[in-house]
Amino acid sequence: MASTETMTVNMGPQHPSTHGVLQLILELDGETVVKATPHIGFLHRGVEKLSENRTYHQVLPLTDRLDYLAPMHNNLGYVLAVEKLFGITDMIPERAKTVRVMMAEITRLKSHLVWLACHALDIGAMTVFIYCFREREMIMDMYEKLSGARMTSNYFRVGGLSADLPDGFEKDVRHFIDVMPGHIDTYEGLLTGNIIWQKRIQGVGVIDAEAAIDIGLSGPSLRGSGVDWDLRRDNPYSGYENYDFKVCVEQGCDTWARYRVRLDEMRESVKIIRQALDRLQAGPFLADCPKICLPPKKDVVNTIEGLIHQFKIISEGPKPEVGEIYQSVENPKGEVGFYLVSDGSSNPYRMKVRPASFVNLQALPQMVQGRLIADVVAIIGTLDIVLGEIDR
Amino acid sequence: MTPELLSLSNAPGMFVAVMLVKILAVFGVVMLMIAYATWLERKLIGHMQTRLGPTMTGPCGLLQPIADGLKLFFKEDIIPAQASKFSFVLAPMMMVVPALVTIAIIPFGPDITLLGYIVPMQISDLNVGILFILAMAGLGVYGVVLAGWSSNSKYALLGGIRSTAQVISYELAAGMVIVAIFMLSGTLSMRGLVAAQQGPLWGITSLPSWIHNWYIFSQPLAFGIFVICSLAEINRTPFDLPEAETELVSGFATEYSSMKYALFFMAEYANMIVLSAVISTLFLGGWDGPFWGVVNILIKVVCFMMFFMWIRATWPRVRYDQLMYLGWKIFIPLALLNIVVTGFFILL
Repeated sequence: MASTETMTVNMGPQHPSTHGVLQLILELDGETVVKATPHIGFLHRGVEKLSENRTYHQVLPLTDRLDYLAPMHNNLGYVLAVEKLFGITDMIPERAKTVRVMMAEITRLKSHLVWLACHALDIGAMTVFIYCFREREMIMDMYEKLSGARMTSNYFRVGGLSADLPDGFEKDVRHFIDVMPGHIDTYEGLLTGNIIWQKRIQGVGVIDAEAAIDIGLSGPSLRGSGVDWDLRRDNPYSGYENYDFKVCVEQGCDTWARYRVRLDEMRESVKIIRQALDRLQAGPFLADCPKICLPPKKDVVNTIEGLIHQFKIISEGPKPEVGEIYQSVENPKGEVGFYLVSDGSSNPYRMKVRPASFVNLQALPQMVQGRLIADVVAIIGTLDIVLGEIDR
Repeated sequence: MTPELLSLSNAPGMFVAVMLVKILAVFGVVMLMIAYATWLERKLIGHMQTRLGPTMTGPCGLLQPIADGLKLFFKEDIIPAQASKFSFVLAPMMMVVPALVTIAIIPFGPDITLLGYIVPMQISDLNVGILFILAMAGLGVYGVVLAGWSSNSKYALLGGIRSTAQVISYELAAGMVIVAIFMLSGTLSMRGLVAAQQGPLWGITSLPSWIHNWYIFSQPLAFGIFVICSLAEINRTPFDLPEAETELVSGFATEYSSMKYALFFMAEYANMIVLSAVISTLFLGGWDGPFWGVVNILIKVVCFMMFFMWIRATWPRVRYDQLMYLGWKIFIPLALLNIVVTGFFILL
């Protein structure tokens, strides 16, 4: 009998569907994957180390660049951690909390839109990609109005927000959530009923609940395996306990289940945004603790106290008590946690990020084992990884 | 007294002249269509995807194909050091030539008379016409295989292997579908096929006169299978696995650049045109229709091309094993069943 040998293929880091700079070493037997080894680190920027030389306020822009598809979520996780460390969690004004929830959910939609776009494109459905990016553009415009940047928003601040909502912003959001459910139906119309799409993702990338928990999957990838776990409900932050939403769980354990979960989540997000808009009331957007929170620009220019506080915070930085804190949030991709250790100085002694994508990526070798090459791209898509978060 | 019409073969000089004119005209039209098929595809898919498509080159971007051609022409022509040079150069030609040759047997209009001679509107009327098409389609595969193999690149190799398996499986089903058509028409010649599709449907004269005896009415299943198999044969969505961009980078064309790459593109669009013409001739009465013959077949071809483009904009890609399953376990049995049913009805 003729002996056969496996072929090793480098998939990435310059490959159209490895979502950035992921490198997969695939061992192929024909078209079947015998073994897949992810190689990471091409986007390593040392965010954790960099933050040890910055004050607590200065670390914030670095967190935008972790999961760059959901920057506000990273901001939120980080500011919540710092607020906990300073013990000012209860002083955050209601308006800031509501805006944070609203923007977090808009960001969830933004991230899920990119996921759906790329997932569909990887499987060959080109038009969904363009449609999703059209809607994402609306969110980008909102981001721009809010913070001046389209991707790295850096909008939240320790103690609240960097500025109040601009005029007419609520109208934009309301328009957006009015049209969004229809757009989601359009995507579903192009994909859900399509037999090719169903055949491509049903039964692909199966991971059962036990294995998912063992690996530490979180977010939609975990809920697609039938585990009912969502930090927004089970460990609420920023007032999520006051919102009425459903945690979407599917029992299928495959790519199809995760697809259903994410689409349902998009619809739930629209609901949460609507509730947040209805709850939104006038009031301060920054906690009243001037020794910790950066004062708004107009106080800095107009009042001597504002100027002094700003000078102290910028030049020296607020100093928390010695201690350590962990705060996690439900990112669109899973649990993102910030672990901060303070030695009493104005810089964190150590900041550790618990990234969702990094942990979720661990499931990849197991999921692609014995599948075809075409499934590899589907599985990379369904895990919804972002290399900025994996490599940090 | 009307002069007797003679076949062109009675006048060798005229035969050569007319032949040259026909070849040049058909070649010119096909090349132009290839160029503007790219433009049409970009415009059409662009508008389907809320984009505009090319707009900057000339009015409505009409000069885009020329700009693309020029750009590709001036690109550096790279032959990888590890490639087998001869087959690497040969492969793109192996793809374009069969595609263009096939067009020679497509009839594109009723006979016309010129100076007392009958001029058939077809370059060559082979008596084994459709077999020739299948043979040429089979030859085209060699181009893909050679490209994949000679590039000496893993992605290209995978693309080449995929393509071989795909085209062989789908050619079988397509071939069997055509058998049913022969059983109805009793001829292999493309001209004969068009002639057989004229006249009222199933000989029923009470039907409206614009309904002709097109084989799409007698053989709807065969039509469906043949269209899908054509999609697979020309490697277009949802069967574009050999060049599946998101999986195999560019499949068999990964290592190609410059004009050689352009040749692959030309081959793809030429195949699309040829197969649209073949489908029109086999199932939709060829040049039969309300207008002048050439216009009729052009309309049909363009409609089919737009249909292929529409599919590309809408559908995801099937997986390799599903493609094989579809070809061997669904289409071939269906095609066989179609032959049996057709035979049964003919016996009746």
